[in-house]
Amino acid sequence: MRGALSCRQLAGVVLLAPALALGQELKTADEYRAALQDKFANPGNLVVERGERLFKEKRGPKNASLEQCDFGKGPGVLKGAFAELPRYFKDTDRVEDLESRLLTCMVRLQGFTPEELKKKLFADQRANEPNTDLEALAAYVAVQSDGMKLNPPMKHPKEREMRAVGEVLFHTRIGPMDFSCSTCHGQDGKRIRLQELGNYAGNRADAQKTMRTWPTYRVSHGLLRNMQHRLWDCMWQMRLPDVDYGSPMVVALISYLADRGRGAVLDIPGIKR
Amino acid sequence: MDALKTATLALALALTPAAHAAGKGKTQAGPDPKIQALAAKFIEQSFLPGEGQDLSRLQQDDTLKACNQYRDQPPEKVAAEINARERATIKYPEGGKLMGDWKNGEKLYAAGFGMRIGRIEPDRPERQKGGNGGNCYACHAADPKEVAFGTIGPSLMHYGKLRGASEEMVKYTYEKIYNPQAYTACSQMPRMGHNGILRPEQIADIVAYLLSPESPVNK
Repeated sequence: MRGALSCRQLAGVVLLAPALALGQELKTADEYRAALQDKFANPGNLVVERGERLFKEKRGPKNASLEQCDFGKGPGVLKGAFAELPRYFKDTDRVEDLESRLLTCMVRLQGFTPEELKKKLFADQRANEPNTDLEALAAYVAVQSDGMKLNPPMKHPKEREMRAVGEVLFHTRIGPMDFSCSTCHGQDGKRIRLQELGNYAGNRADAQKTMRTWPTYRVSHGLLRNMQHRLWDCMWQMRLPDVDYGSPMVVALISYLADRGRGAVLDIPGIKR
Repeated sequence: MDALKTATLALALALTPAAHAAGKGKTQAGPDPKIQALAAKFIEQSFLPGEGQDLSRLQQDDTLKACNQYRDQPPEKVAAEINARERATIKYPEGGKLMGDWKNGEKLYAAGFGMRIGRIEPDRPERQKGGNGGNCYACHAADPKEVAFGTIGPSLMHYGKLRGASEEMVKYTYEKIYNPQAYTACSQMPRMGHNGILRPEQIADIVAYLLSPESPVNK
């Protein structure tokens, strides 16, 4: 635990109260998770609503909204776009995930510089900060694919290449702990302390179970988190330097994980410990 | 454990022929050198330099390179080379006492802080008084009263009670923690001593926690 519960964490607890008030004890992590599943009680919805306002607002040096951003299904088409990311984009000649594409649009349509956008990527849960604009925007775009099947395209050679590199990186041991992603996520039924891990390399169902619920509201952070944050967090735990937002390594890993999670029905925003 | 992992993975791959068939005709066998080269390039391009960062952590030594090349299943000859190279790295505490203070070992076994860097959330120095923790509970059970243990590594509950604390067992336990790859090439466990996570004296304290008859691990 990182200290006292923040207001948002308390809000989450209060919203869960009906489930807890029935008198049954929550004995296992699964029961705890089940109690978190009331979608309308997910505090992440507030962040999604803020993301929608930001998305439609005229912002930046070019005083433009993001409504003409093309997430792969044409300018302004958000429905189902996240379910088919990462994908290859002709205009940037590279594979982009949700958050990378968002940066591209904020630079091209709104005139922000990448440097100013990257100054503050993630809200700091220790300082009780609200989610950043980037986190809110990404969540809003992602939620437009809620209920759809994860189906990242593998038609373009660069999409296949990105996924293949991601698989190699998933198994690459690096850093002072000698860990790779597969150290924790390469065997069935393992856990760290009490946290279940999931075998994303060997067990497609495990990959689907995870990939269908991101972006997710993390109760322990009191914040909505996206895949860029999840992978930064993993590499921080591996005692590596900060991995860059939208960097090729992160996009490759997301390409691999999204392909492993293919077919999962998205349930977002998710909610987790 | 490693053999079991191979078998499990092999079985999983055999049962799901489509699992790795992102590109038609591509198979899992043999890492494509072009893809390997791209992976190395991506690592080089993806981490932030500057204050609070440490890009030297991205360097892979010969052992990690070999483990990565063979996805932790090195052929016998390579495994023997790794064992010999890693054995040569082992250093012992001054005075040679390999069984230290089990009470301090108990703290180190549980403590998980240390060595987290970067500008977003580096470890606060005050949480690391006395050095890094070993974070052993993340992966290994030990004290029967501690229920929050991970399962990536084998349970070490009753470690000393089952094995005794002979000189050989003390030495083996110390060396296994200092550098597990001296015994098992490409072991999933961090090289706690060699990589500078724990100091020799701290490892000796953890050895005592595992082997001492007074330790809760053996109650």
